[in-house]
Amino acid sequence: MSTATVKTDFRKKSRYLLMATTLMLCAWILVPIYLLVVNTLSTQEEVSSFPKAFIPSFNMENIMFFLQFQGVAFALLNSVLVAGMTMILSIGIGAPAGYALSRFEFKGKGAFRVLVLITRAFPLPLLALPLAVMFIRTGLDDTVFGLALVHTTLALPFAVLITFSLFSGIPIELEEAAWTLGCTRVQAFIKVIMPLVLPGIAASAIFAFVISWNEVFAAAVLTIQNKTLTAFLIQSLDESPLHLKFAGGLVLVIPALIFIFAVRKYLFAMWGIANR
Amino acid sequence: MAQIQIKNVAKNFGSFTALHSIDLTIADQEFMVLLGASGCGKTTLLRIIAGLETPSQGEVWIGDRRVDHLPPRERGIAMVFQNYAVFPHLTVFENIAFGLRMAKMNQEEVAKRVNRCAEMMHIEQLLERYSGQLSGGQRQRVAVARALAMEPDVILMDEPLSNLDALLRMEMRAELKGILAESNTTTIYVTHDQVEAMSMADRISVMHQGRIVQAASPIEVYRDPAARFVGSFIGNPPMNFLHATKKSNGRYSVAEREFDGPKDGPEKVEFAIRPEDLQPAEAGLDASVQVVEPLGPHQLLTCEVAGQPFRAVVESDLSFKTGDSVSFAPMAERIRWFDPESTKAL
Repeated sequence: MSTATVKTDFRKKSRYLLMATTLMLCAWILVPIYLLVVNTLSTQEEVSSFPKAFIPSFNMENIMFFLQFQGVAFALLNSVLVAGMTMILSIGIGAPAGYALSRFEFKGKGAFRVLVLITRAFPLPLLALPLAVMFIRTGLDDTVFGLALVHTTLALPFAVLITFSLFSGIPIELEEAAWTLGCTRVQAFIKVIMPLVLPGIAASAIFAFVISWNEVFAAAVLTIQNKTLTAFLIQSLDESPLHLKFAGGLVLVIPALIFIFAVRKYLFAMWGIANR
Repeated sequence: MAQIQIKNVAKNFGSFTALHSIDLTIADQEFMVLLGASGCGKTTLLRIIAGLETPSQGEVWIGDRRVDHLPPRERGIAMVFQNYAVFPHLTVFENIAFGLRMAKMNQEEVAKRVNRCAEMMHIEQLLERYSGQLSGGQRQRVAVARALAMEPDVILMDEPLSNLDALLRMEMRAELKGILAESNTTTIYVTHDQVEAMSMADRISVMHQGRIVQAASPIEVYRDPAARFVGSFIGNPPMNFLHATKKSNGRYSVAEREFDGPKDGPEKVEFAIRPEDLQPAEAGLDASVQVVEPLGPHQLLTCEVAGQPFRAVVESDLSFKTGDSVSFAPMAERIRWFDPESTKAL
C-alpha cells in the first residue's frame, strides 16, 4: 500500500468517525424531542399502546385540548414575559459590570468577583420564604416583574462572568485606536466593542432566558394568579393523564427552540468566516 | 505647525516611577525615535502624548495648545499600535475610513482619501477584505493607512514593526521612512530596535529607567554617547570599556599603554572605544583572542584585555584563532572617556 492510499484511508476513517459522532450528538438531542412530538400528536390509546408508530397519526386532540385548557395561554405569556425581562435585566446589569471588571482597576475587584458567585451558594428554597414575605410587604408578590427580579439574581452571576471574559477577550488597543480616531468612550464602545461582543452577548442572553424559562421553584412559590408555564404545569399536570403531560412538555420545549433558532447566527457567528 | 513640547512630565504607577521629570522638544515635521530597552518608559511617554495615559505631573504641548487635559480625539494625533488594532468587524476600506466618518466627512471625500492612502501603502486590492483575511504585514499597512488618512499633525507609532519577520521589517522600514517624510507630519516612533532607530530617525532619544539619557542625531548618539549606558546599548557589538588611571594631567594609563585623556579628569576613568575603530598593530592594547566569529564581510573577535572583556571587528581576510595574542591600536579620534561615578561622558 502506498503512503497516498494510507492517507486517504485514514482520512476516510476519520470522516466516518466524525459523522458517527455528529449523528450520535444529534440523536441525543433530537430523539427525546421526536418522542415528545410523536406522543403529543397521537391519540390517547396510541400513547399507552406498544409498539409505537414512527409516524404519528397527527391527532391534534391532545394539543388542542391542552392549549384550550384554562390558563395555559396565560401561563405561556407569563413565562415569555418573565424570561424576556430576566434576559434584559441580567444583560442590562451584567454587561456593564462585566465591562467594568475587565477594563478598570478598582478596590475590591477580587472580592466583587467572588461575591458575585457567592449569590449562587444559597439554595433557592432557603431564600424563597423570606423573599415571599418581603415581596408581599412591597407588593411585588404574584407579579411578573417580581419573579423576573428573582430570576435575574439567578442569571446575573453568569451574565457578569460571561461578559467579563467576552470583554477581556477584546484587546484594549481596539478601543484606544477608536479613541485616537475621534471616538468618545461611549462611541468607541458602540462602534467597535458592541459589534464584536454581540454574538457572545446574545449567547449569554439566551442563557439567562433559558435559566428563567426552566425555573420552577421560585415561580411556584412566589406566584399564584400569574403563574409561569413551568409552575402551572407542575401543579396542573401532576394529576393529568400521560398524553396531556406529553403535550405540556412539547409546549414547554417549543418556544425555547424557536428562540434559539432565531438567534442562532449569533451563536455561530465568527468574524472573518462570515455568518454561514 | 506641530511642534511638540514635553515639560517636566512624570508618571508614577503606585510607588513605581515610570518616568522622572521628562523635558523634550520635538520640532515640526521631525522624525523622533524613542529608543530603549523594555520597561524604560518609552511607551508610557508615547501614551501620555497620545492621551491614553495621564501624566502625574507636567505639561504636554502640541503646536500652541496645551493638550495634557484633552482626550485623545481632540489632540490632532493618529496612532499605530504594536498589534495593529485593525477593527476585525470592518473591511479594510471601512477601517481606513473610520476616523474620516467620525469627522463627518462627505462620502466622496472619504472614498478619495481612502483610495489615496491605500495606494500609498499598496493595499488597494485588499479594500474589501476583513482583517482575519490579511497577513501580519498587510494588517500593518492597513494600520498605517488608517493613521495617514486622518492627515494628523502628529503620528505616534508604538513598535509598529516589531511583530513582522526580519525581511519584511527591513522593507517596511525603508517604505515607512519615505512615506512619513512625504506626509509632512511630526512623527514619534517608539522602538527597542537600534537598527530601526538609527536608520529612520532625524533624532533619537535614548531612554533608560524613566529618563532621557541623550537626545541627538543618530550619528551623534553613536559617535558621542552622552553616558556609558548609551555606548553600551547602541551598536552591535556595543562599545568596549576599559579601566584607566591618571598618570599626569591629561594622560591616562589603559592596560599598560598611555593615551591622551580628558584634562582635569578624575583619578579613575573609563576608556571607551567601538569594536570597529580598532586596527591590529605592532604596539597597542594587548589582547588574547577567546572566540572568533566570522560574519561574512568581517569577523568578530571576543578577547580579553587586562582581564576585561573586549571585542574587535576586523577584516575577514586576516586569520585568527583562539589563544592568539593580538595588539589593537585604537583610532585616536574615536576614543571616548566616561566618569565611572556619574557614568557621564568626560
